[in-house]
Amino acid sequence: MLRLRTLIALLIVALVGLAPLAATAADGDEEVFQAALKGITASSFEEQLAAIDTLAGLGDPRAVTLLRALGGGMLQVRKSDGALVVAERDGRDYILSDPFTGEAMGTVSRRDVDKITVNNALRGAITAALSRLALFDPDVAKRREAVAAALKYPSPEMATALNKALEAEEDADLRRGMERALAAARISSPDKAERLAAIETFAGSSDPDIRSLLMPLQDEATESDPEVRTAAAEAIKRIDNRLALFRLVGNLYQGISLGSVLLLAAIGLAITFGVMGVINMAHGEMIMLGAYTTFVVQEVFVAALPPAYLNYYLIVALPVAFLVTALVGAALERGVIRFLYGRPLETLLATWGVSLILQQVVRSIFGATNRRVANPDWMTGGFELVGGIVLTYNRLIIIVFAFAVLIALAALLRYSFFGLQMRAVTQSRGMASAMGIVTGRIDAMTFALGSGIAGAAGVALSQIGNVSPNLGQTYIVDSFLVVVFGGVGSLWGTLVGAMSLGIVNKFLEPYSGAMLGKVLVLVFIILFIQKRPRGLFALRGRAAEM
Amino acid sequence: MKLLKRAAAVLAVAGLMGASGEAARAADEGPIKIGVLHSLSGTMAISETTLKDAILMMVDQLNASGGLLGREVEAVVVDPASDWPLFAEKARELIEGEKVAAVFGCWTSVSRKSVLPVFEELNGLLFYPVQYEGEESSKNVFYTGAAPNQQAIPAVEYLMSAEGGSAERFVLLGTDYVYPRTTNKILRAFLHSKGVSDDDIMENYTPFGHSDWQTIVADVKAFASAGKKTAVVSTINGDANVPFYKELANQGISATEIPVVAFSVGEEELAGIDTSNLVGHLASWNYFMSVDNDLNYAFIDKWWEYTGDKNRVTNDPMEAHYIGFNMWVQAVRQAGTTDVDAVRQAMYGQTVRSLSGYDVQMHTNHHLSKPVMIGEIQPDGQFEIVWQTESPIVAQAWSPFIPESAKLTADWSYPWVCGNCTEPRYADWFTN
Repeated sequence: MLRLRTLIALLIVALVGLAPLAATAADGDEEVFQAALKGITASSFEEQLAAIDTLAGLGDPRAVTLLRALGGGMLQVRKSDGALVVAERDGRDYILSDPFTGEAMGTVSRRDVDKITVNNALRGAITAALSRLALFDPDVAKRREAVAAALKYPSPEMATALNKALEAEEDADLRRGMERALAAARISSPDKAERLAAIETFAGSSDPDIRSLLMPLQDEATESDPEVRTAAAEAIKRIDNRLALFRLVGNLYQGISLGSVLLLAAIGLAITFGVMGVINMAHGEMIMLGAYTTFVVQEVFVAALPPAYLNYYLIVALPVAFLVTALVGAALERGVIRFLYGRPLETLLATWGVSLILQQVVRSIFGATNRRVANPDWMTGGFELVGGIVLTYNRLIIIVFAFAVLIALAALLRYSFFGLQMRAVTQSRGMASAMGIVTGRIDAMTFALGSGIAGAAGVALSQIGNVSPNLGQTYIVDSFLVVVFGGVGSLWGTLVGAMSLGIVNKFLEPYSGAMLGKVLVLVFIILFIQKRPRGLFALRGRAAEM
Repeated sequence: MKLLKRAAAVLAVAGLMGASGEAARAADEGPIKIGVLHSLSGTMAISETTLKDAILMMVDQLNASGGLLGREVEAVVVDPASDWPLFAEKARELIEGEKVAAVFGCWTSVSRKSVLPVFEELNGLLFYPVQYEGEESSKNVFYTGAAPNQQAIPAVEYLMSAEGGSAERFVLLGTDYVYPRTTNKILRAFLHSKGVSDDDIMENYTPFGHSDWQTIVADVKAFASAGKKTAVVSTINGDANVPFYKELANQGISATEIPVVAFSVGEEELAGIDTSNLVGHLASWNYFMSVDNDLNYAFIDKWWEYTGDKNRVTNDPMEAHYIGFNMWVQAVRQAGTTDVDAVRQAMYGQTVRSLSGYDVQMHTNHHLSKPVMIGEIQPDGQFEIVWQTESPIVAQAWSPFIPESAKLTADWSYPWVCGNCTEPRYADWFTN
């Protein structure tokens, strides 16, 4: 692979002739190259930076391999002869290879090599240097990456490279990107006309990075020309207007995302508390058990299956978590709660006790420290919607999942026989019993359903938060808030409650801070409950009769 | 150094004269007891359990090599359960009930503040191993973690240097309690002194265990789009860090664009996160597990052997306990007794070769001189040290950047003999 890259790089240099020096004075060039090699091992940061720039400018194919190794933190110096080596860690030893040929050079102890430390600033310089070279890569994807990086690291050298690359580029999309990157590089040009042209290019932009680039042109301290300053100020104003609008969209999305998390946490409670009227303090622990089940399934996948399958462990974890927590829920109902129907205070205390027991059990088995639940690849990262607003995949998937659960549950209650029995028992226990429904069994199944949904929620929530024995406590208060606010016993109330709390919270947060935002939401709910004690959507049912 | 010892000796005499019959309370027979006061359950168990294990390991080692003053050392472990008032209760139980010679414990500043009156009332000895906000110096506590000038200030200086990316705009993110708020107060004053205006500082606090970082990360991004290099200084504590770093990675904020330097994130905290997208974000400590010296490697080997788990990591507070425990052992040997007053005097000027590879020393302000290291997160969850001080830095118990604390001096040797005074208590003694 390394060889192939070297070859490609060589071709590029030969074709484009990026390095005029290389063609003219090969010997002198070799000297510069060797000096640059010395430079990157220098202890002074400035010397290292200069050496990287030199290497990138030389266009020597060896430079590309070398910079890649350096950027990856693999480059070390062998103490015995001062040779540059690529070192791969093996326990406390290093396996060495030649940075240019890839030839193996044996294994040495950590004492025999000195690592060349690469910090953020150097890494940035290396990325910029490599992207300058990659602008000429035959692979379109590579060029696209390079163009994106070029926009982030504008410099006069980058401008030269971009100009060259533009001559050869045929892809219209990439050409546009290159022109923008070129304009970015020209923002710091000494020529006033070029600066004005650059501002012109970006007037229609809605990218926060561009705004950042334009800012110095607006400032008197950094820009002497008043004409440029006015143009820049105007462009920034237009960008700001657009960004403000996008910000609103972003806030809305974040609100829906928080709302969907609240919805997931509360939806099981909407069954156990909302429909059955059980003040279930152990609800949070059901979520926690679901999250730990996810962890166990993940560990089983790691231990038993090839790594390629690890991406799909969540799909298995979901039904497993549902079953595990549903069983625990059924046991809880049959073992404790059924003796306490109609005695809310005792139920509260008993389930609180159960929640403490469950926490300690988990702590004893898995330890007090957080467990790491990995995000599968398809839940990592995000895509930029517009104007710097990134929709992250894990949150998007959770929004979809929350709605799917809600719809499935609503369908179950509305259309299935079990749902019919459940509604019957909720509305009139005596009548349902007289009609031949075994109410005890329905109670157990209803509670199991609510718990199982909490477990499924735990699978989702393990993807955005911590998996610790205290996980449930983080969600229990919010869950009760949502159910009470939305209206006890109403699924739609839960949905509307969760979404409105999430969105209100997220619109308050930028102004009030996370801390005060939470307080304001609480105050709002207290006032609201004063006005409408039964929440947004009050229903008749066993809960309402209490 | 000589002066320091002499001052200590003078004070030792003074201390002995004032000592009550209590000095005899540590019985001369049986094992020497020490207390371990770390939460083994509740929210802080995540961090503190490891410290308990570290102390137990060192006690084992000490006993294996013949004990102390010819006696066994026995660790008495109690669990204050992350409950701050319970810390005070357990501390009293350790000192009064178990008659321990010293206590190693506490993590959060609020737990230290809770036990402080107990230690001062009963004249106990606490070794506190965590970096903290400073602004304190009790004669009953030895602070083996970093003061702000040994962690926060050097980290911000690094960010402002060319090497660190020449940051000009700062976001101060923190959990809402005393440590982040005090640290940020000091940092703001420091940034002002460096010519950074309030427009270029954004401060934001979140509750413990905050999990929804979308808005804040988006805010940081917006704040960073003002044409100046922006850096984030994080005093976010506990497990809120995991969702924070996940959100950073998912929103694609790389360390080359907006570096985040953290003061409460170490190897232990990173163990719960996939760090491949976090490479380059920073932490500032006095020790990293990746420090390259034989003493450190030997310690890690022992730690793995003791815990039976090669995945266990070491971290800065553990190293602080290593220093504190060894210093206490040395001081007891020097004093020839476990008596608190005598040991305290022997502590001043005590030097230990720490796992960081430096010789660290206890000063009369009850704080250490320690090296400062800045590390960047690597894909394997370790830190690579990108910058470190050439020599250890002496801790400032009182920050010179806060006007009201700049006047105060912490010095428990003659003629000051005070943790928070504006003038020496015995200044007139010389002139008379």
